[in-house]
Amino acid sequence: MTGRTVSSAGPAVPRSPLAGPVRRAAADIFSWRFALLLFAGAVVVYPLLWVVSLAFSGQQSLQLVQLPGDATAWQQLAALIPLPQQWSLENFRAVLTEQPFLRWLLNSLVVSLGTTLVGLALACSAAYAFSRFSFPGRDRGLVLFLISQMFPAVLMLIPLYVIVVQWLGLGNSWLGLVLVYAITALPFCVWMLKGYFDTLPYEIEESALLEGASRFTIFYRIILPLARPAIAVTGLFSFMTAWNEFILASIFMDDEALYTVPVGLRFFVSDYASEWGYFAAGAILVSLPVILLFLSLQRFLVAGLSSGAVKG
Amino acid sequence: MARIEFRRVVKQYPDSPPTVPGLDLSVRDGEFMVLVGPSGCGKSTTLRMIAGLESVTAGELWIGDRLVNRVPPGERDVAMVFQNYALYPHMTVFENMAFGLRVRREPQAQIRTKVERAAETLGLTGLLGRRPGQLSGGQCQRVALGRAMVRDPQVFLFDEPLSNLDAELRVQMRGNIGRLHREFATTSVYVTHDQVEAMTLGQRIAILNGGELMQVGTPMELYGDPDNVFVAGFMGSPPMNIVAVQNLGRALRNAVLEVPLAGLEGLPGELLLGLRPEKLEYAAAAPAHWPRLRAAIEMVETLGAEMLVHLGEGDTRMVARLPGLRPLAAGETIELAFDPRAAYLFDADSQRRIRLSQPVESAEPAL
Repeated sequence: MTGRTVSSAGPAVPRSPLAGPVRRAAADIFSWRFALLLFAGAVVVYPLLWVVSLAFSGQQSLQLVQLPGDATAWQQLAALIPLPQQWSLENFRAVLTEQPFLRWLLNSLVVSLGTTLVGLALACSAAYAFSRFSFPGRDRGLVLFLISQMFPAVLMLIPLYVIVVQWLGLGNSWLGLVLVYAITALPFCVWMLKGYFDTLPYEIEESALLEGASRFTIFYRIILPLARPAIAVTGLFSFMTAWNEFILASIFMDDEALYTVPVGLRFFVSDYASEWGYFAAGAILVSLPVILLFLSLQRFLVAGLSSGAVKG
Repeated sequence: MARIEFRRVVKQYPDSPPTVPGLDLSVRDGEFMVLVGPSGCGKSTTLRMIAGLESVTAGELWIGDRLVNRVPPGERDVAMVFQNYALYPHMTVFENMAFGLRVRREPQAQIRTKVERAAETLGLTGLLGRRPGQLSGGQCQRVALGRAMVRDPQVFLFDEPLSNLDAELRVQMRGNIGRLHREFATTSVYVTHDQVEAMTLGQRIAILNGGELMQVGTPMELYGDPDNVFVAGFMGSPPMNIVAVQNLGRALRNAVLEVPLAGLEGLPGELLLGLRPEKLEYAAAAPAHWPRLRAAIEMVETLGAEMLVHLGEGDTRMVARLPGLRPLAAGETIELAFDPRAAYLFDADSQRRIRLSQPVESAEPAL
């Protein structure tokens, strides 16, 4: 506004330095792009708001607001806003103490960490080989990896069950799930890491070769530290896949004490129960570790560690 | 320290013509040899074969008294400086220089001494704790140099190490590299496409073209006594003028000049005449018996103390390097003269040098 008055005073008067930014900000806010972003933001956040409200409502019902029979249109509209009538931590307390939720959390943590470690170890070494060595079947192997990603994961359900549970006898065990998760995530991880390894200048390795370093030394002391951003992203992906996976876990794990969190959560809301409050509180508790992991890995997610290695 | 010897060395990639069709070259113990040539001439491939980063398809490659065809790079005791430095970006300058020594499990105290000594020689002492990303290009290249030095290898290899530096730094680093070689006298092979670098650094220069060795010799041998048109045209800036001339038996002639020469009998009718730009002088000040040439000026490049005058007449193009005192303009015709002893003759077909059996200076002016 100030900008407008100043500029109207005449072309000779210099404009206030604020005029430009303010007007530009105003133009941004009242643009269709901004509206679109707001809408998209609402679409993403609205369900989350429901979960949070349910979790803190202290009750199990999906209806946060009891509408009278003759509710006005305004009241009905207001009921769409997910706000509990009272706030309570009761759902969290119950989930953590009355249910075996902590036990499931531990199961999930062990399985997910195991998956991340096993998956990264396999994916890093495989991706390095695919990136740097030429061997028969190299290109075909990469394509096969891609093809394997084109089938829905459910297709693998029966063969995996036969192999893991019946042949290996690894049903109802952490190890079985770790193996299955690590290996099904492998194609994606290998592609991801290979792409990053490809960007690391080969001269660095040649230089190390000339200095007498073995391939393993180069891989361990040079490539892995340089690929930290990619490894962080890939590790996060592995962890989250394992952490959130439901179908395989629900089939391989019969023993309630071995449930992972997604499987356990499911029993809050089933044919026989509809404890939406526990479900929502559990869901929030489940997301916390992933959020923490994300935050702690954030600095590695910033690529560019290899800048300065060579001059392009 | 060691000599390096190529015996009929061939490098060929599958499904392509040989990059190096058969190289015979020996680098003497303690010598600074420069491999120079246009891009794609096989000079880098040759260097990488010495390093072991490229395999040898056929022939023998000797370092010292070891046949190294099948020796892995890490066991050849060679150190290499790369064009893009190839420093380890996640390690400090100290760690970069110590890496090779650590891999070889040298004692900690010894590593520290060696690295610090090299850092001092190269003026890197204050930078030992920094990472490559925090260094300038020149500093990076000095670290790369230091990393090679601390290992005290038998052979130093340089793969266009100065190409990424600006002109001023390049001169400075050239001085550094030259000084280091005088100090340590380690056998060195240096690849470049820059003939000034080759001339200033090389004790001997090997000129390669299309994988073939064109000539090996000291810088002045190559400049003053080129074996063929390629070498004549490659060394010197601006390069030697090569013009087609007709052999008249007692003289050579084309549109702009006529050079009376003895000893032309029996030579082909079409020859190439080579004249260095700096050997052309204003006719007015030149001895009367020197051959003259008259041509139109196409362009004048003024460099201050001197100017490069581009001449053209018909199909003949020449450059003269003249003192930059007179105002010359494009379109004018200029008369220049040259000492016939400074002229080179080449066979037009084989491009090889023709050395007249009779010394050129005995030629008498025909007119």
